[in-house]
Amino acid sequence: MKITVNVWRQKNASSKGQLVKYLVDHVSPDMSFLEMLDILNQQLMAKGEEPVAFDHDCREGICGSCGVVINGLAHGGQLATTTCQLHMRKFKDGDNITVEPWRANAFPVIKDLVVDRGSFDRIIQAGGFISAHTGSAPDANGTPIPKENADLAFEGAQCIGCGACVAACPNASAMLFTSAKVGHLGLLPQGQPERQQRVLKMVAQMDAEGFGGCTNIGECSAACPKEIGLHFIGRLNRDLLGATLRGGSTVD
Amino acid sequence: MTTEIKPQIDVRQPVEYTDARVNANIPAGPIEQKWSKHKFEMKLVNPSNRRKYTVIVVGTGLAGGAAAATMAEMGYNVKAFCYQDSARRAHSIAAQGGINAAKNYRNDGDSVYRLFYDTIKGGDFRAREANVYRLAELSVNIIDQCVAQGVPFAREYSGYLDNRSFGGAQVSRTFYARGQTGQQLMLGAYQALSRQVAAGNVDLNERTEMLDVIVIDGRARGIVTRDMVTGKIESHLADAVVLATGGYSNVFYLSTNAKGCNVTATWRAHKRGAFFANPCYTQIHPTCIPVSGDHQSKLTLMSESLRNDGRVWVPLKAGDPRSPDKIPENERDYYLERRYPSYGNLAPRDIASRAAKVVCDEGRGVGPGGLGVYLDFTAAIKRLGESTVRERYGNLFDMYERITGENPYKVPMRIYPAVHYTMGGLWVDYNLMSTIPGLFVGGEANFSDHGANRLGASALMQGLADGYFVLPATISNYLAQGGLEKVDTTHSAVQEAVQSVTAQTQKFLDIKGTRTVDSFHRELGKIMWEYCGMSRTDEGLRYALQRIPELRQQFWSDLRVLGSGDDLNQELEKAGRVADFIELAELMCLDALERAESCGGHFREESQTPDGEALRNDDEYCYVAAWEHTGEPSKAVLHRETLHFENIHLAQRSYK
Repeated sequence: MKITVNVWRQKNASSKGQLVKYLVDHVSPDMSFLEMLDILNQQLMAKGEEPVAFDHDCREGICGSCGVVINGLAHGGQLATTTCQLHMRKFKDGDNITVEPWRANAFPVIKDLVVDRGSFDRIIQAGGFISAHTGSAPDANGTPIPKENADLAFEGAQCIGCGACVAACPNASAMLFTSAKVGHLGLLPQGQPERQQRVLKMVAQMDAEGFGGCTNIGECSAACPKEIGLHFIGRLNRDLLGATLRGGSTVD
Repeated sequence: MTTEIKPQIDVRQPVEYTDARVNANIPAGPIEQKWSKHKFEMKLVNPSNRRKYTVIVVGTGLAGGAAAATMAEMGYNVKAFCYQDSARRAHSIAAQGGINAAKNYRNDGDSVYRLFYDTIKGGDFRAREANVYRLAELSVNIIDQCVAQGVPFAREYSGYLDNRSFGGAQVSRTFYARGQTGQQLMLGAYQALSRQVAAGNVDLNERTEMLDVIVIDGRARGIVTRDMVTGKIESHLADAVVLATGGYSNVFYLSTNAKGCNVTATWRAHKRGAFFANPCYTQIHPTCIPVSGDHQSKLTLMSESLRNDGRVWVPLKAGDPRSPDKIPENERDYYLERRYPSYGNLAPRDIASRAAKVVCDEGRGVGPGGLGVYLDFTAAIKRLGESTVRERYGNLFDMYERITGENPYKVPMRIYPAVHYTMGGLWVDYNLMSTIPGLFVGGEANFSDHGANRLGASALMQGLADGYFVLPATISNYLAQGGLEKVDTTHSAVQEAVQSVTAQTQKFLDIKGTRTVDSFHRELGKIMWEYCGMSRTDEGLRYALQRIPELRQQFWSDLRVLGSGDDLNQELEKAGRVADFIELAELMCLDALERAESCGGHFREESQTPDGEALRNDDEYCYVAAWEHTGEPSKAVLHRETLHFENIHLAQRSYK
């Protein structure tokens, strides 16, 4: 296949970027989207031009490194699929594809398609954990957890932190990301002691990072490669309301 | 709570080779008491004094993340580094199947001793008994710790933890979180680390690559790093350094490792004096998605857990052109079930991989190029129903379909072996300290626990045992012994290390040749897969040892890296990694040539049984090969650490 790509090129955080058009030849339908970008980069370097920078690592859809907006859709729009798992058989010979970085104030561009998602880490640092000191744990089977709760917690825990939810949201809100962690830990008995404080701190950090507010549009969940459901946002809102009314105290 | 059953002891002492440079410092006493006795005998650092010490941890995967979090909780100042944009993305995240622990929750005869036994046997008697016993012992604490952190392991309707079986074991001891166990354990460690970052106990540096170790007065005292965004090359000083930087499978170019996985941290430590042990021990995983073309940038693993319910087969006849559903039962060869009736499809990885190679070499492989075998779920779907199979393996099936465009609920998967894990790594003693005092190595980066072949679901166990429990204890012991002079960045060793990194970085940009980093990397990978892959010969290894230095020479004269060193430059990063892979490749071939026996993942064609199984030579090779760098990979000096089997007798491995 022959594909035309319009790729966002931006030298660094302070410079202005623009879309640049390239023709990529010899694209096989069995290639992943990132392998197509690999070919483009080999072509560019052969001509003495700098390759396109993009984040990627495991290329198995689990590390959350990769992520670009393809034809306006985060990760390209295939259900439950990260950019690295999107394959060129989803495109046709002669297609014109626009490739842009995630766009959000809280995700500044570093170079080309690479953005800084440190804001996500800081949300987790604010409270996305259970304070279990190494060595202090009781026997793992000491606390049975109903399977439904464990499975639902797992659903939230699957978040790979790629940022597609933010990129897809017209408000650039990080509610799905934050709620997935709040829900995961809040559904487990081990997560109860810190539950109130956790949601208050994580939401405060989310706001401080400059993410937008949630207006229940649902694009986040549609773009999420792990299909994390909107019900996690509902769960976060319930926890947030409860915690706010209690002033963050765990005592009723 | 676990019953200790000891197989009969039959000690056959091999030839004594050990030299003093590789003294494993194994505590005396019965194996069951070594670790607890050692923990008592090790020196401690008073809680109020811990803040006076700084520990550098490179890598934030299971071993590094857990070690950094735990040491920070204890009160040490920790500086952590990773090349990824977030600590959460370390490659441990990609592990799929599970983590072993001798909990015996199934009451099926498991015990610490059995996990120890299985791991020693699975490693084909090339691992150190004392380390492996400790690993089995700590396995139970790991599960407790992870559950306390909120790791959502699979549970039964009773609310208790579920288990499944894995290769090389006849008990169900594997804990799992769907097909994303590594991810869930990784996030547990990452969250513990994040908590310490917020508390100000960990200075976390992402997108920062370690490029050298600083050795002062014979001790590891710091590292040199490059900030991958600004290009700034800096030194960081500490009282101890931990490398938890993973394995080197990417020397083969195509592997199941993440694209960024590299040997640079351990290789550069090797060049500063850390011995590299058993570099030729690589694990070829039997169940990966086959290569689809020259564009292939990496290979994708399909978890070994699939072999619990999938049946592996090829057509009986070579070159059978029929589609799998048109081949009747009696014209199929379920070769694992045929050759290894007691373990069947759950034969260990090295054995299952070689068996796949044998049938493909016979022309019975399936799919493009005949490099594939079927992994068939028809029987499981019939027995359990599609929904149960979907619940167990849904995400893996989806991944397979996205990559191949085929639906594995309808058509058997096609799989082929691929490089997955490296058992070799920096040599460490019982305390996980390398031959450079103060330089500790954890997880896949060290060589210590898996011998010549790692069993499934044991890598996560080892990473977390090292990180949560072993390193924090042994590093405290090291620091408590004192004798560490104060050093600052004006020291000549610091200056020299910074200058050498700066010069090398500039060198890559100055070559201005014609070939890209990837073109060299692919060529190296082909040489390694061909001559140092699933089977190795004296002749092939000698040929590779001739080819690799030629490639190295071309690399340093014809490399093209565009752009500058002052900002994000991914080609420049790759150039440094590939330069190290080329050197490592030579040492791997040298090690493989020197070890003229077959063991685990290292199969020398000259050393096999009449029915094609790996044939060990315990009289001559029952040792760890620890290589000392002396300027050139080809001139590395071999030090032998003899392996003593005092609890489990040396026996030819059989899974029949």
